[in-house]
Amino acid sequence: MRETYGKTLVELGRENPDIVVLDADLSRSTMTKIFAREFPDRFFDCGIAEQNMISIAAGLAASGKLPFASTFAVFAPGRCFDQIRMSIAQPGLNVKLVTSHGGISVGEDGTSHHSIEDLALVGSLPGFTVIVPADAIETAQAVRTAAASYGPFYIRLCRPKVPPVYTESYRFNLGKAVTMRQGGDVTIIAIGLMVAAALEAAKNLRREGIDCRVLNMSTLKPIDEAAITQAAAETGAIIAAEEHLEHGGLGSIVAQVLARHQPVPMEFVAIKDTYARSGKPAELLQRHGLTAKDIEQGVRSAIARK
Amino acid sequence: MSLPEEGNLPSISDSVTTSANSMKAEVFSSSASVVEMEAIAKRLRRHIITMTGKAGSGHPGGSLSAVEILTALYFRVLRHKPSDPQWADRDRFILSKGHAAPLLYATLAECGYFPVDELLTLRQMDSRLQGHTDRTVTPGVEMSAGALGQGLSFAIGVALAGRLNAQDYRVYVLLGDGECDEGQVWEGAMAAAHFKVDNLVAIVDNNGQQIDGWNRDVMNLDPFPGKWQAFGWHVIEVDGHDLAQLTEAFDQAKLVKGQPTVIIAHTIKGKGVSFMENNPDFHGKAPNAEEVKIALKELE
Repeated sequence: MRETYGKTLVELGRENPDIVVLDADLSRSTMTKIFAREFPDRFFDCGIAEQNMISIAAGLAASGKLPFASTFAVFAPGRCFDQIRMSIAQPGLNVKLVTSHGGISVGEDGTSHHSIEDLALVGSLPGFTVIVPADAIETAQAVRTAAASYGPFYIRLCRPKVPPVYTESYRFNLGKAVTMRQGGDVTIIAIGLMVAAALEAAKNLRREGIDCRVLNMSTLKPIDEAAITQAAAETGAIIAAEEHLEHGGLGSIVAQVLARHQPVPMEFVAIKDTYARSGKPAELLQRHGLTAKDIEQGVRSAIARK
Repeated sequence: MSLPEEGNLPSISDSVTTSANSMKAEVFSSSASVVEMEAIAKRLRRHIITMTGKAGSGHPGGSLSAVEILTALYFRVLRHKPSDPQWADRDRFILSKGHAAPLLYATLAECGYFPVDELLTLRQMDSRLQGHTDRTVTPGVEMSAGALGQGLSFAIGVALAGRLNAQDYRVYVLLGDGECDEGQVWEGAMAAAHFKVDNLVAIVDNNGQQIDGWNRDVMNLDPFPGKWQAFGWHVIEVDGHDLAQLTEAFDQAKLVKGQPTVIIAHTIKGKGVSFMENNPDFHGKAPNAEEVKIALKELE
């Protein structure tokens, strides 16, 4: 995902001379260094100063540039929420915030580097578009879509390599859920690396005779209300799966849509009101209930409540 | 836009002279004499009192202290077109201390960005003149400010864009001294010197006070000029109420290459109104009707 981001930035940079990139001393991890190598004059390393980076990006955008600003998801929005709010969101400036190291699959670096609140924070900001791609192919598409669309974007990537869920022919459609698998008994709505886990869970549950629909809700905001409502009406139960706290992320947003349009039993596969510590990504995902097995358990619980 | 009832307060439009209207249409520069600017400064002070008095809230103290700074900028230094606020080649003025919005609005109105009468809508429902600046609604306002500390960084972005685009506009950003408590100001100070943005001038309205009292008691900034120097800035200190000194400082800043310039303007909070001068109570409190009368009498 990260390498795809860096390479896509270079392609976009060749197409559009107004694209500039900012980083906060993490360009080797966010992979903006790939852009920096090709366009040194259009790359601004702001040092370990995320607040400054965000407001500089806003000033560039206010002057007609198309800035991409990157750091780890825990530091933006975490370290600079007010700057994102007043410098970018309120004026609706054309800044693209693309962060890596979302969630707890960051791994061994531990709590200070895990980002489990970012979607709640950014998702609360009026006018922000929020995207969590499921794999590298969708990352490239989402970054291209952000560049082609005016306004503030937040795109959250993760650290580990994730298995591809798409082929090269995939075309990202902003604001539209993608039905990854049809099914009539229950719907799993997932984002990020939980999409691959959802597909694995659906495959396993088929053996038990449970027919799961799987939606990739890569655009978290604006949310695809129609797809959620239709899934609830047709399958009668919903599971939300995300690498984020269960408050304020995908689950909360989906629950709000269901409460308004189509209340059905729902289960939440997410981090439960706690912080994770150091560990290997797979160990952490297991400890905090973010595996295919956990989704399968959620599906059984939701179906039992139908 | 419909105007509010004016009540018993003096009408702000009484003080309008021909300057606003005659200079509206074209590029607005740069020739006002010191005597003319002094007259403009007095009008701006009257506007600030009348506006905040009418609104019943707002920030007169830190608006009054920066009157000469904005007067020199808008009537002598900036290349701008009030008839075309988005003109691509305009010099940019960024108000980082967004609570001085009444001063910026009064200045923009006197330049002709919008009618002087509109100043009386300050802080009212559906007004274009928000309590703190909002770039989405007010012609001539470059940045949505009020959350302190962000303007210098924003200005760096604007200055970098000018350099990337090979545009020759200059960028001016006004900070409060109390605002310099914010860590982001110093992130910006470091970055501006690192990126060598010599098309950027920061002005600090150094009135010595913040909400809780004198800076030196709340959070000491000394040695203040030394800090900027240590961060790699060209530092100029002036009497911030002396229009000749300010004008000269802005001229000098244009000659500085390879580093940003900061003008530390020593000012008096509440300047021009006896009972507001050096009185932190009027940082964020509007004068009542009686106080408005006394203030306007002093500003005749």
